[in-house]
Amino acid sequence: MRNGLKKVFPIFVLPTLAAFTIAFAVPFIGGIVLSFTDFTTVTDAEWAGLSNYIKAFSNGDFLNALWFTVKFTVVCVLTVNIIAFTLASLLTKKLPGTNLFRTVFFMPNLIGGIVLGYIWQLIINGILSYFGVTITFAAKYGFWGLVALTSWQLIGYMMIIYIAGIQNIPSDLIDAAKVDGASSWDILRHVTIPMVMPSVTICLFLTVTDSFKLFDANLALTDGAPGKQTAMLALDIYKTFYARTGWQGVGQAKAVIFFILVAAISLIQLKLTRSREVEG
Amino acid sequence: MKKIIAVFIAVITVMSLAACGTNGGTSTTAPQGQTATSTGTQGKKTEIYFLNFKPEAAEVYDRIAADYEKETGVKLKVVTAASNTYEQTLTGEIAKSDAPTIFQINGPVGFRAWKKYCADLKDTKFYSFLTDKSLAITEDGGVYGIPYVIEGYGIIYNEEITDKYFALGDKKTELTSMAQINSFKALKELVEDMQAHKDELGIDGVFASTSMASGNQWRWTTHLANVPFYYEFSENGEYSDTVSAALDAPETEFKYSDNMKNLFSLYTDNSVTEKKLLGSKSVADSMSEFALGKAAMVQNGTWAWSEIADVAGNTVKEDKIKFLPLYTGVDGEEKQGLCVGTENYLAVNSTVSEEKQKASVDFLEWLFGSETGKKYVVNELNFVTPFNTFDEDELPKEPLAAELVKWTAKKDIKSVPWTFAAFPGDAFKSDFASALLSFVQGSAEWDEVKNTVRNSWKDEYEALNS
Repeated sequence: MRNGLKKVFPIFVLPTLAAFTIAFAVPFIGGIVLSFTDFTTVTDAEWAGLSNYIKAFSNGDFLNALWFTVKFTVVCVLTVNIIAFTLASLLTKKLPGTNLFRTVFFMPNLIGGIVLGYIWQLIINGILSYFGVTITFAAKYGFWGLVALTSWQLIGYMMIIYIAGIQNIPSDLIDAAKVDGASSWDILRHVTIPMVMPSVTICLFLTVTDSFKLFDANLALTDGAPGKQTAMLALDIYKTFYARTGWQGVGQAKAVIFFILVAAISLIQLKLTRSREVEG
Repeated sequence: MKKIIAVFIAVITVMSLAACGTNGGTSTTAPQGQTATSTGTQGKKTEIYFLNFKPEAAEVYDRIAADYEKETGVKLKVVTAASNTYEQTLTGEIAKSDAPTIFQINGPVGFRAWKKYCADLKDTKFYSFLTDKSLAITEDGGVYGIPYVIEGYGIIYNEEITDKYFALGDKKTELTSMAQINSFKALKELVEDMQAHKDELGIDGVFASTSMASGNQWRWTTHLANVPFYYEFSENGEYSDTVSAALDAPETEFKYSDNMKNLFSLYTDNSVTEKKLLGSKSVADSMSEFALGKAAMVQNGTWAWSEIADVAGNTVKEDKIKFLPLYTGVDGEEKQGLCVGTENYLAVNSTVSEEKQKASVDFLEWLFGSETGKKYVVNELNFVTPFNTFDEDELPKEPLAAELVKWTAKKDIKSVPWTFAAFPGDAFKSDFASALLSFVQGSAEWDEVKNTVRNSWKDEYEALNS
């Protein structure tokens, strides 16, 4: 039986393996190779060594974008998770209409980023016009605009994950805490939060990577204006790739660095939060 | 149950892979009706592929393709890149095995990016059509890009509104007709007094909004900036034309920057929209303001008529829409005409088979040389072409195209060539645009714009030539 299975094993693995190779491994390795070349299209690459990586840091654009992205990610992770968790604990309290509210809060997540960007641009410009300015007037408007947009979009999704986590807490734990005379703050602090740590892990992971990789909303809302001050990493890569003739390789090099950054940050974050999870 | 699902997934995967493998020659985009009729004699037929730059002409090209196939049996596939995404689309398409055989480059700077893909067109009849051979993009004796449409831009004005102004009893100027406006000084006088009388004229401002939203600043960073750079580079005696002079310039002085400031400030000071709010305005916004009669003037080019006419509630009459050159206060500008040139050059892909290259050239010769093709060009694409195959009466009927012809025919008036074709890349333009935006919003002085332009030119020239 085991031998028979071994024989047919390749047949079952092959489709998935082929799909994985074509859709993931080849483009990924190709992308890394391209970052060491000068190219206009993928078929006419010429070896260029490390020059693309040197050029990537030849002006401050990339580092500025990195700093802006880090600030943005930190703020977003806080706003999204705090608000989402608060909403989730409210909406698990058996209040009337919770289902309706859950749906309403979840909905923004279903709208595409470009559309959201334009809608929020209208809203923010509409408000700022009372002060005689627009969102591109100063980088801080763009920054908080992006924070508002991203929070609004991600909160609903994270809320659903937190709700699932909270509902999974065995009610006897909470009852026992009550019997022991714990206040609702104590319950939250010592029962609920430790019990939803797996959800926190997932939510932090999603918000960190989503905010770090944000592109569409950035493009539609500010397009980096004023100057390049509100350009995040993904937008900077895109602009390097297309705005300068002969700089496609540099854009590619930035993308590889970007990948390493995202991977490193999310791995560290996963490790940190995993260690705080308790067995349910 | 698990087994069934596994088999199902395996089958789906294999099928989707197979679908990838069949190389969707026509399945990818190809909007026009492509029925697989055989050409009969040859058995296998040539297919050529044109990647179109002008979204407004997409539908016309589909009909051209159908007619061309009927007449010659050669199948023409036309794909149109969405507005502002041509470079992206071309980058993606040209790497495919079914690559565009005809594509467009936007001038000498675009040529540098696509050099490896441009076939030499020197010995083609298509090149011989060109009336002024110097318009083509050449390098070391080879011809790589051929312009196919001549466009012009300036200040478009609504004559009904200016006439209304000239008829006013309490106007403060001596001006009585637009013919007297031949310098920045006169224009400024007119505009400022019109702005003062805007309520009587029924307008919100003389100029439509100076669109500064992202992606909408090209009217200033290329078109308006063209004038000061033209004057600066025309002083360089080593070159016969300003475009080559600018292309070889590692640095710019931006000597006539104050002249640009003159006209730019005139636009923003006498605008429909308050200065600080211009950052949210798009080109479409300003064209609709002009079309609805809220503004009397707008800077734009020959291509703008269809946009104006398409605005619901358009009040601009076809015979009342006129052009004025971009006067910026340079000495001797009374003889300056509209900015006339092109950033539309056709190139044939040198990496496809000889047969396809020849078929592509044949198509271009048909489009710009045959009776059927020319009819499309003049009546539907509304192109003023640089080709000698078109008679003098074979010109588009659009009012702005007609105005362009009128301006270029004027004796003593010298058109300004499109020097901006030599601007060192999109990054330069976007740096320029951000500086202009800060200036408009009052957070930067004009000197900052000037410095940004100088520095960015230098950086981008180096990036381009490194």
